[in-house]
Amino acid sequence: MSFRRFWAMLKARNLEFFRDRSAFGWNFLFPFLIVAGFGIIFGGKTYTEYKIGVFPHSPGIVRADQINMPDQFRKTRYLKFIGIPSAAEGLTKLKYHKIDFLLRIGNPPYEYWVSDASPKGYVVEQLFKASFISPDVGSQTEKKEIEGSSIRYIDWLFPGILAMNMMFSALGGVGYVVVRYRKNGALKRLKVTPLNAFEYLTAQAISRIFLLMFTLVVVWTGCDLIFRFTVAGSYADLAVVFLIGSLSLTALGLILASRGTSEEFTTGILNFISWPMMFLSEVWFSLEGAPPWVRNAAQIFPLTHMLKAVRRIMHDGVGLMEVSVEITILSLMTLTFLVIGAVLFSWNK
Amino acid sequence: MAAIIEIKNLVKKFGNVVAVNDISFSIDQGICFGLLGPNGAGKTTTIEVIEDVIAPTSGEILYKGKPRAASFRDEVGIQFQNNALLNFLAVRETLETFQCLYQNKARIEELTELCQLTEFLDQYNDKISGGQRQRFLLALALINQPEMLFLDEPSTGLDPQARRNLWGLIQKIKTEGKTLILTTHYMEEAQHLCDEIAIMDYGKIIARGTPQDLIRRYSQYVTVILPKKHFRFSPHELSLPYHEVKDTIEIMTDNVNTCLDQLLSYHIDLSEISVRSPNLETVFLNLTGRKLRE
Repeated sequence: MSFRRFWAMLKARNLEFFRDRSAFGWNFLFPFLIVAGFGIIFGGKTYTEYKIGVFPHSPGIVRADQINMPDQFRKTRYLKFIGIPSAAEGLTKLKYHKIDFLLRIGNPPYEYWVSDASPKGYVVEQLFKASFISPDVGSQTEKKEIEGSSIRYIDWLFPGILAMNMMFSALGGVGYVVVRYRKNGALKRLKVTPLNAFEYLTAQAISRIFLLMFTLVVVWTGCDLIFRFTVAGSYADLAVVFLIGSLSLTALGLILASRGTSEEFTTGILNFISWPMMFLSEVWFSLEGAPPWVRNAAQIFPLTHMLKAVRRIMHDGVGLMEVSVEITILSLMTLTFLVIGAVLFSWNK
Repeated sequence: MAAIIEIKNLVKKFGNVVAVNDISFSIDQGICFGLLGPNGAGKTTTIEVIEDVIAPTSGEILYKGKPRAASFRDEVGIQFQNNALLNFLAVRETLETFQCLYQNKARIEELTELCQLTEFLDQYNDKISGGQRQRFLLALALINQPEMLFLDEPSTGLDPQARRNLWGLIQKIKTEGKTLILTTHYMEEAQHLCDEIAIMDYGKIIARGTPQDLIRRYSQYVTVILPKKHFRFSPHELSLPYHEVKDTIEIMTDNVNTCLDQLLSYHIDLSEISVRSPNLETVFLNLTGRKLRE
């Protein structure tokens, strides 16, 4: 291993990243746009919302106090009332799940329509029926608040978006780029120099890890200025977990980079790896209640373990010892991916 | 002169296709060796096996009398035929990056001057013209002060001025005592630059020698060219070998005086006559045929 050769490759790759303004900008803009978009759409609240179509009414959002309906129902949170001119139009919207519940406004008895195929429709129907029950029922129940501050959806989502960005950047920035260099002959030119595969791949991996961490810091700082994320644990612990996670994802990128000269095929493989990883690693939603085989399958992805550890540090305030299982798994995965990538690597094919 | 490289019974197969079929030759130190052949003859495969880009199926390659060691890559320079480089790097930065990969380092200022890179040294390496690119790739091949230089079709795609300029550069490099191994489609280039030539076809070396030696052996005929319109009779009557090429008759002769006497005896108008001496192109076509390849 020659440090001089490794450093030359590292420097060249970093210059390429920083000078490719479109890719460079997108790396920062993409996660920021997603987080900002979700922040604006959900205003930091949960994203579950029930849509009630009311007719006859002019189209558009209707304020609850503008229509005649049971008071209890009117006061229920997370209900959105949408004006619809006719019953026929309302039924079409209900059929295509554009609304969850259709209600004729006016005096009792109220008429309503609901689709048996819609779980949200069922929930609204129960809420609607419950709104006619005497308020005395409330005395038989007692509301308890959860301890500590609640976690906003944006707080829960943010680490997922960052980790997802890291995943795409690691797989694409290493895997896709090396395949492109193999295809256009740049790797062949490097092969006939004293540079060896270990030096070249190490430079690619270290460069990508540096860029991932740099992007992470910039995006985190930028988003935090707007959303004021709550971090219960230590920032240093978060950085350690993100670093080990990026190592693991970059090592997975090296497997992708190890063979092939077709960018199209590599894109296909990249999608084959990244899409299930994105959906099963709880980037967007929790797998709570998913079938056991789905939850077990999610364990093969480094993103799952990285996100689990990051969210525990961020939301539960735990330290590195408490997430040592995730760190160990990520380290083992890194090692395995590196060995596979190194064994499979070819300069030419 | 001692051989710098020896190739013994080299075979390279791609599946069932034999690209290089049991060839042996050696190259003396300090010469410019040309490998010629039609498309698909096996030139690039042979060169890439010698360069250690691809592994041979069988055979032996000796560099300075020994199998190639790790130091081989430090001592040779290579200019590939179609070669992309690292993106978003300027010419100077690319040279500096490659310089760091070697033990022996040429001075970038010297290379810049030798290969005339000054005007585009700070441009990105994918934003330069074809001629600039070939000079830059040559500079890159020289970045480690190599003892042996491989040039794979260095002037393909260049205009005549750029080609002549590149030839001048290669001749300068030759005077430094480096061994050059060159593949080319241009016979004029080979004749101009090479001390020794091997012609390959169907994976075999079919002729080898100095350019003059090959011309003497494989193309003793001078070509006498006349417009077809001056022949009031069939050229058959001349009893000399000939070809019809577009509106001309090309007569092959080993004695120009006899041929001219014969033409005059037939009262043929010689005002538009041209005479072509034997050259490598005729050698090449005589050896590999005139049928289109690929």
